[in-house]
Amino acid sequence: MAEPCDTLLVSPLNQQHRALGALMAPFGGWDMPIQYEGIIAEHRWCREQAALFDICHMGEFLFKGDIRASGLEDLFTFSVAAIPVGRSKYGFLLNEQGGIIDDLIVFRFAEQEAMIVVNAATAPHDFQVIRSRLSGGELVNISAATAKLDLQGPESRAVLTAICGEQAARLPYFRFISLDLLGVPTIVSRTGYTGELGYEIFLPTGKVVELWERLLSDQRVKPAGLGARDLLRLEVGYSLYGSDIDEETTPLEAGLEGFVNFGKRFVGKEALLQQQAAGVAKRKIAFTVNSRRAPRHGYQIQAGGCTIGEVTSGVFSPMLGCGIGLGYVDSAYAASGTVLTVCQDRVSLAATVCGLPFYTGGSLRS
Amino acid sequence: MSIYFTKEHEWAKVSGNLALVGISEHAAHELGDVTFVELPPVGKQVKQGEVVAAIESVKAASDIYAPLSGKVVRVNSVLDEAPEQVNESPEQAAWMLEIELGDPAETGSLMSKEQYDAYLKTL
Repeated sequence: MAEPCDTLLVSPLNQQHRALGALMAPFGGWDMPIQYEGIIAEHRWCREQAALFDICHMGEFLFKGDIRASGLEDLFTFSVAAIPVGRSKYGFLLNEQGGIIDDLIVFRFAEQEAMIVVNAATAPHDFQVIRSRLSGGELVNISAATAKLDLQGPESRAVLTAICGEQAARLPYFRFISLDLLGVPTIVSRTGYTGELGYEIFLPTGKVVELWERLLSDQRVKPAGLGARDLLRLEVGYSLYGSDIDEETTPLEAGLEGFVNFGKRFVGKEALLQQQAAGVAKRKIAFTVNSRRAPRHGYQIQAGGCTIGEVTSGVFSPMLGCGIGLGYVDSAYAASGTVLTVCQDRVSLAATVCGLPFYTGGSLRS
Repeated sequence: MSIYFTKEHEWAKVSGNLALVGISEHAAHELGDVTFVELPPVGKQVKQGEVVAAIESVKAASDIYAPLSGKVVRVNSVLDEAPEQVNESPEQAAWMLEIELGDPAETGSLMSKEQYDAYLKTL
């Protein structure tokens, strides 16, 4: 197994992953586990039991100050001021052109305190952008001091109850609580990236090995890598930043306008309003193919022999038994039921545009 | 019967003028969970080194090259519905196709089991 190169960041759980025989690879600038037992076995375990993911690579920023006076309220496509304490919200940080700088979740800790959770690869840039747009308050990058574990799957509530008690385990979707776990302040949040009932747990980096081992000592829990995580998120149609959304795409093109509040100010709003008035030229679609063969990132999407778009994510879905994908096409071809061709070199697949999620059987809302 | 390997990690089990073809344990392990195998039509003529089949895993898609020239006389269509057999038994149950050899002397350009094991150590 190759050693991580000097420039990669290393999770505090790196030794644990190597001891478990994980296949490691670079992701977002980090040396992360892609798989342990195997992607499909880990995927199934998450859909049926409870899977534990090391998500220490993601970035966390802590904001303290007046949310409106500091300008934090005008930073994202949703209102931070409107998030009740103890709840979180998903949305976007945009550039002036309406392009997505990052997708993120804001956790409202207190009247004048919030945590912003961002993608790993974009974290340094996000921090610069957010700080440059704030006119007050205090923003601290707490990524290095903050560890994150995701516990996901239908059994995750029972597992968490045994460790944290009923109150944490009974959290409704997009709510969190602060509690003492292993003697340190911990945030348990009812959120995730798999389409299953699950939790994201934030705690001081120094305690993450202990929590990792404690969770894995439960027979219902197995570790899962970023390979399974990508498969799980794609089956429920969640976008992956850097593949399905980036600075060249807007929330309107990505079909994510539900996470944009046009009733408030935010950077990029004018561009989105113009795009909305003119109509979007390209749209993100979801599609299934009539084969076990997977569409893959970069494959062309054609209609009537003409290229009308490109695949941004694709995989074989064990739950559907066929290839599934996301991509962008000329808006004229984005309607559900439209039959398209996905191709690359010798591969040609009949694809049908469909709605999301692909997989509807998850325990997310249970 | 003799078994031969290619640098692209196919194996060929030759008996008489027939060769069963599959991928090595090493290749199956590297690919990870196999999700799809594309087999050629029976009757297809292939030349040594030409693409004869394709295989996909969750992680990657790769071509399978004919280790020897000849005519495809049989394919393992069980793999259409159960491609995971490639992970479970890559060098036995999950053979992919059988070639009626055009030129049995071509085996001279392939590696023996010992040579292939030594080759893997250089990767």
